[in-house]
Amino acid sequence: MTPRPTRVQLFVTCLVDRFFPAAGHAAVEVLERYGVEVHVPSDQTCCGQPAFNGGFAADAAAMARTTIDVLSHSVDPVVVPSGSCADMIVNHYPGLLAGDAAYGPKAKALAARTYEFSQFLVDVLGVDPAAAPSGPTLAYHASCHGLRGLGLREQPRRLLHAVAGERSADLPDAETCCGFGGLFAVKMGPISSAMLDSKLDAIERSGADVVVATDVSCLMHIGGGLHRRGSRVRARHIAEVLADPGHD
Amino acid sequence: MTEAALAFHRRIDAALADAGLRRALALTAGRLAGGRAAAFDALTDADACRDDARRARAGAIARLDSLLDQFAREASARGCTVHWAETAADARRIITGIARERNIRLAVKSKSMATEEVELNEALEQAGVRVVETDLGEFVVQLAADRPSHIIAPIVHLSRQDVATLFQEKLGATAADVADIPSMTALARRLLRAEFLQAGMGISGVNLAVADTGSLCIVTNEGNGRLTSTLPRVHVALLGLERIVPGAADLAAVLTVLARSATGQASSVYTNVMTGPRRHHGGPGAGPAGEPDGPEELHIVILDNGRSRVLGTPLAEILYCVRCGACLNACPVYRLIGGHAYGGVYPGPVGSVVMPGLHGLEDWSELAHASSLCGACRDVCPVKIDLPHLLLEVRREAASRQLAPLWIRAAMPAYSAVATRPRLYRWAGRAAARLARLLQQDGWIRRLPGPLGAWTASRDFPAPAARSFVEEHQARKAAAR
Ligand code: SF4
Repeated sequence: MTPRPTRVQLFVTCLVDRFFPAAGHAAVEVLERYGVEVHVPSDQTCCGQPAFNGGFAADAAAMARTTIDVLSHSVDPVVVPSGSCADMIVNHYPGLLAGDAAYGPKAKALAARTYEFSQFLVDVLGVDPAAAPSGPTLAYHASCHGLRGLGLREQPRRLLHAVAGERSADLPDAETCCGFGGLFAVKMGPISSAMLDSKLDAIERSGADVVVATDVSCLMHIGGGLHRRGSRVRARHIAEVLADPGHD
Repeated sequence: MTEAALAFHRRIDAALADAGLRRALALTAGRLAGGRAAAFDALTDADACRDDARRARAGAIARLDSLLDQFAREASARGCTVHWAETAADARRIITGIARERNIRLAVKSKSMATEEVELNEALEQAGVRVVETDLGEFVVQLAADRPSHIIAPIVHLSRQDVATLFQEKLGATAADVADIPSMTALARRLLRAEFLQAGMGISGVNLAVADTGSLCIVTNEGNGRLTSTLPRVHVALLGLERIVPGAADLAAVLTVLARSATGQASSVYTNVMTGPRRHHGGPGAGPAGEPDGPEELHIVILDNGRSRVLGTPLAEILYCVRCGACLNACPVYRLIGGHAYGGVYPGPVGSVVMPGLHGLEDWSELAHASSLCGACRDVCPVKIDLPHLLLEVRREAASRQLAPLWIRAAMPAYSAVATRPRLYRWAGRAAARLARLLQQDGWIRRLPGPLGAWTASRDFPAPAARSFVEEHQARKAAAR
């Protein structure tokens, strides 16, 4: 068995960096709570997923190389508070850079030591958070790329159940896409909105106070929809919930 | 955007506005998806079954040329006439030719997407052949002068009431005739029986051809497939050239997952394997009296129509497809807009690869953007086609041919240029955040300019933070020191 890591690099992703810094700070807090030293490489930018999903492979590859450089100064594991960006690094960097003699091998090495946040907590650190005596009722939305790309099914649920126990709402169709899909939300606005509507209906019907996900991209979509509706339900990243489970 | 792309967006808007369509889709696609899930849950080794089916299909596509040659040889040796159609027009010409030479006036058809693809019915009607669809769903489609909106459930877009009204209007059905689904089915069956007996030609598609025996496997849930291929004197089967397996073992591997994926059945009600036309006396297996039924002539038309175009390209994997329709039922986009919105014969995730791949990026690449890449389709595909990956390949090819909207073509390289220069990225991020914060009201932006307005049409957008995570984190670290 590999020894429990004591240091990680945190790759927060472009959206957390600019739109949801609180999720990044919460991820730092939780990791430190479990005795892990967190290093935040200051040169980090974007993993390149927007270009990759748009079909702009050369642009995506350029961003992938930058990210690989930024995260290869040390061999510490990389933790990403986003399933889709972790999926990009783990499942798409190696293919994207397969023909690149210099970066191909580096991409593979990085992929092998990159984890989504909840995956790292459960699968690598084996944490079992303490139950919070009180707090909001939580519903969990399974973000697609984490779910289907990284197989994140049990880990986030286990963490949330540990802190919230009975205060877990059952979200119908939790594994159905919220309709974000990056540029899809804009290019195919009406379809994306209709998908979001179904998701919001399910969330509001679930009776939850807070909808939780592993990806701020989905949360930005769901949260923006809830806010437009004037809903009382709030959207929060799993790191925020673990950092402060009583908060609503 | 191209005219084709604009038309696609108009069809999407129309579909989303159609509440009846949304209800019908949710019901039927939901039921099919549920059936599929239950069928695979009941298999102890579901994943291994899908792996076997994939191996069978991948192996066949890897040596497609030699399998097709073998198939043609074996089928001919058993008395079939094999025709090769490079284009849809060739297929139409060949089949109308067969009908004309034999003076055929009436043809019965069982369900076949390939014949939809080549628009065979129109061609036959023009050649003076009346064509009758005998699959119940297709019968309704034909009656309504409509088009199928799903690969296996052609009238998924219609409700039972829609069909009842149609039967009353077009067939003069009584209230009792359309009281329930069994009554409607009985009415259609009465009408179709007479056609079967008179038809000079039967037309079908092929689910899978078996190379080593020259056989055709056709699966259906209604008896119509079997009647179509046994009663009329002449049978024509239109075979997409990728739908082939080397032998019975691989056929079985695919059949194990096909019906389960399509409808949730362990197997279809009828699994028909035809090997050659009717043998009259003494042939192997025919017995001294010969076979009791079967067509006197069996024509097999092998259709390319763009398929060979993707061989050897990153899209070749789409040729593994066995047209089960599971990816449609699983797709949250298909479930909202239905099949007609896609505009081609093949809708949903599979269609969004097939149409641009086989029939041209210019007209069809926009389909590949109608996906959030959620991956639900890949999870259900019985031959594990990596559909999101193929959609990305289409997007890539389209982007390289400058088919993406101008603003995206301009934005992506610019974004990449900034994101590969970390210091510029920080600076630009700060500047953009400051600008965007001018638009905010208590943390949210209610209206974004330009193409981004499509976001705020229905959702608020979060205002960027005044200080980014990295900046704030560094400041906190410095303060702690
Ligand atoms: S792509 Fe897969 S799931 Fe979709 S129709 Fe083809 S075989 Fe079925």
